[in-house]
Amino acid sequence: MPIFIDRRLNPKDKSLGNRQRFVRRAREELKRSIRDQIRIGRIADVDAEHAVPMPERGTGEPAFNNARNGGRRQHILPGNRHFSPGDLIPKPGQGVGAGASSPGNTASEDDFRFVLSREEVLDLFFEDLELPDMVKLNLKEILAFKPRRAGFAATGSPTNINVGRTMRNSHGRRIALRRPKQEELDAILEEIAMLELAPSSEAAHQRIAALRQELDRLERRRRRIAFVDPVDIRFNRFDPQPVPNANAVMFCLMDVSGSMGEREKDLAKRFFVLLHLFLKRRYDRIEIVFIRHTHEAQEVDEETFFNCTQSGGTIVSTALEEMHRIIRQRYPPSEWNIYAAQASDGDNSVTDSEHCIALLDGKLMRLCQYFAYVEIIDKREAHIFGTTENGTSLWRAYSAIDLKWSNFQMSRIATPADIYPVFRQLFGKQPAVLKRA
Amino acid sequence: MARQAGKSDLLFSGSDWDFTKLSRTYDAIEAIAVEELHLDTYPVQMEIISSQQMLDAYSSVGMPLMYHHWSFGKHFLYQDLLYRKGGRGLAYELVINSNPCIVYLMEENTMALQALVTAHAALGHNHFFKNNHLFKQWTDAGAILSYLDFAKSYIARCEERHGLATVEAVLDSTHALMEQGVFRYRRPPKLSSERQREGLRERLEYEERSYNDLWRTLPPSQQRVNDKAQDPKWKKSLNLPEENLLYFLEKNSPILDPWQREIIRIVRVIAQYFYPQRQTQVMNEGCATFVHYTLMNMLFDRGRISEGAMLEILRNHSNVIFQPAFDDPRFSGINPYALGLDMMQEIQRISTEPTAEDRDWFPNIAGRGNWREVLLDAWAEHRDESFIRQYLSPALIRKWRFFVLGDVADQPHFQVASIHNERGYEKIRAALAHSYDVGANRPDIQVVDVDLLGDRHLRLQHKVNHGILLEDASRDATLRHIRRLWGYEVSLAAVDAETGLTIHERSTSQIAE
Repeated sequence: MPIFIDRRLNPKDKSLGNRQRFVRRAREELKRSIRDQIRIGRIADVDAEHAVPMPERGTGEPAFNNARNGGRRQHILPGNRHFSPGDLIPKPGQGVGAGASSPGNTASEDDFRFVLSREEVLDLFFEDLELPDMVKLNLKEILAFKPRRAGFAATGSPTNINVGRTMRNSHGRRIALRRPKQEELDAILEEIAMLELAPSSEAAHQRIAALRQELDRLERRRRRIAFVDPVDIRFNRFDPQPVPNANAVMFCLMDVSGSMGEREKDLAKRFFVLLHLFLKRRYDRIEIVFIRHTHEAQEVDEETFFNCTQSGGTIVSTALEEMHRIIRQRYPPSEWNIYAAQASDGDNSVTDSEHCIALLDGKLMRLCQYFAYVEIIDKREAHIFGTTENGTSLWRAYSAIDLKWSNFQMSRIATPADIYPVFRQLFGKQPAVLKRA
Repeated sequence: MARQAGKSDLLFSGSDWDFTKLSRTYDAIEAIAVEELHLDTYPVQMEIISSQQMLDAYSSVGMPLMYHHWSFGKHFLYQDLLYRKGGRGLAYELVINSNPCIVYLMEENTMALQALVTAHAALGHNHFFKNNHLFKQWTDAGAILSYLDFAKSYIARCEERHGLATVEAVLDSTHALMEQGVFRYRRPPKLSSERQREGLRERLEYEERSYNDLWRTLPPSQQRVNDKAQDPKWKKSLNLPEENLLYFLEKNSPILDPWQREIIRIVRVIAQYFYPQRQTQVMNEGCATFVHYTLMNMLFDRGRISEGAMLEILRNHSNVIFQPAFDDPRFSGINPYALGLDMMQEIQRISTEPTAEDRDWFPNIAGRGNWREVLLDAWAEHRDESFIRQYLSPALIRKWRFFVLGDVADQPHFQVASIHNERGYEKIRAALAHSYDVGANRPDIQVVDVDLLGDRHLRLQHKVNHGILLEDASRDATLRHIRRLWGYEVSLAAVDAETGLTIHERSTSQIAE
């Protein structure tokens, strides 16, 4: 009779640790591979599993191996049909057939693609990015948990036994199973004592014998049915309740006016998709407010923000005003970390740029931790505007803000390939804010 | 047959398994195995695991306990990928050479399959592990699990103390030399007991505690240095040439800390533990396949297994022993299950119904009817190479239609050297046996010299057989690893085994880091 052990319920993923070590080791190469893939593909693809090729550097396992060719060898093969000794067979291009039995055929193991999970992809993708200056209001991503009473459980630690509930169960069970009560025993004992005191007779003897038997039966029954049985025991159950440490809100401002062509809107949306993913990934507890504007601004939900195709004229300041209104209404700056990212093609009605500066300078910049402005420019403009401070009216206006406020950043995007580098520049872990300060 | 084959005599019916069925089946199989085949096995411990756990076990070289290393993660990803793509099914079982013998059964198996696997692993492999002289001599089934437990916790502790990266670096370098980390010729020392290992740890800790930097500042005794220079014994004590590179580095490397030496030792012990398995593939699988095939048929003959279950068993059996011909696209070398089973059944046939040819070739066993003893003896005393040299019969060579293809590097043709005819039998047998000789087919690399008083240059020698050199890239990478463990320059000379001429020499100073 062998020993049987059922291991099916043992924790799975025993090799998860090894897998993590492997991914850590190949980190740099995997990171590059994923970024390349995403640069070519759609930005929203970030949010999915990815097959990546086996990294070459750092994960080789060399050993002394015989070379595949050279020297004199013999191959012993089954299934001869028509060969006779001395027959010459031309060698195929590179050792097909005969080569199969030669030693050292393991090289193929390093040549495969494997799948990184969505979490691993996002981790690699957003590594060393963060919202700048988050420390100010102590927004740490450590979630504090507070245990909160949540009903009862059948398992738990002895310190959490709920006596009342346990005794109630015990009582119910004793009634249901008809456990003899102490009073019944006492009554019988008393009767026996009485009969023994009385003068003995045949009937009394019989009665005593019967009573003793009954007493014995009751006592056995009491022993069998425990006063408190393990099934009665109930524990207080506690649910960990996350406690928010700090609050953060990100305002996404997008220009959807008529001057924004399909290409510009597409680029802006891609930028925000990336931002959205990044925030969802890295900060559990961040709120995102979507504002889009033409000549008037409105707050919209995520779906509308990314998918709607409304259009109109351009007054940028309306978005800033809307943002200010929402801050006043819902996000008191004393309690919230406030961030904003704005994307536009830079066209604005002539007088409005001044108004924007006034709004930012006078109100918003003081409330915001960080304000990032992304300008979508034409590919042909890219080499003109690439380096200079010249540009659209809004760009020139914002340049003034840029000089004055250290927590303001601006950048330009001309092609989809620019999005990620700009994104990294804006949200790099070593924030430009600090560098300039 | 005590009773007519009635329904009550069946060990199981239906495809679902449960523990009573498993236990009943095991008892029946074991009884018949002892009675009919005289098998002698370790006690068995059967563990039911899921496919995920099977994959986990695959990636840590099949052991239930293993230290952590990224390369196991890499193997896991590879196996996982193959499995998911359907490129490779998982094994139905995994068996570990330990005492008690641990057999993993997959939960997805049907009951018929569990019976097959029980006969295959719990009896066939188990008997082989317990009785084959290589395993007896080189592995310690009783101690391996506790040793692995020690290894795992020791390496985990090292990681805690010295950091993941440093431990990983040592393991990387050591893994590269795993194949050169076994004693091929002399008997390896027994695994140390728990108490000895405890003593070792205590000694190391004491040395660390009582370390005094003052001793380092003392001028070296002049006399001692002179002694060393004049004493050829010092070099002699290195026991050169040394084939076990890991052993040499562990004992003699000038730069390693004690914990690093212990890690080398752990890897070396594990490599040594697996060395017999590599030499007995055909025999081990052949023995297990022969045992399961024979036992299942016996049980069926006695009416203990239903026809449906037997059909399922036979279908799986024939999948396992499938051997395509060399020009078949599915051909990937000789299937050890098929060759082993065929050779063992051939012994059975020769001993019961020999032909004139068999009497000529195998006078000792032909017609004696004692195939049980012959097989038990073969399982105990042989490894693949000697088994084939001894028992590959002409009839089998004809059945397999074996032929030998000569392959000389600079010629545009293969030449058929021998085929399955009267003149070829001996040659095919010798060539096939040679191809299973692990020692002859893996590169032969030894430490030949070390300049202990000068620049500590370590010289290795690769004996080149039949002009087969080492692969350049992996050789350079491996030399780098040796350098990391040795700390000073290392060079490898390729020397032709027949002429003794040096073909070329490669040194770590020529290889960029």
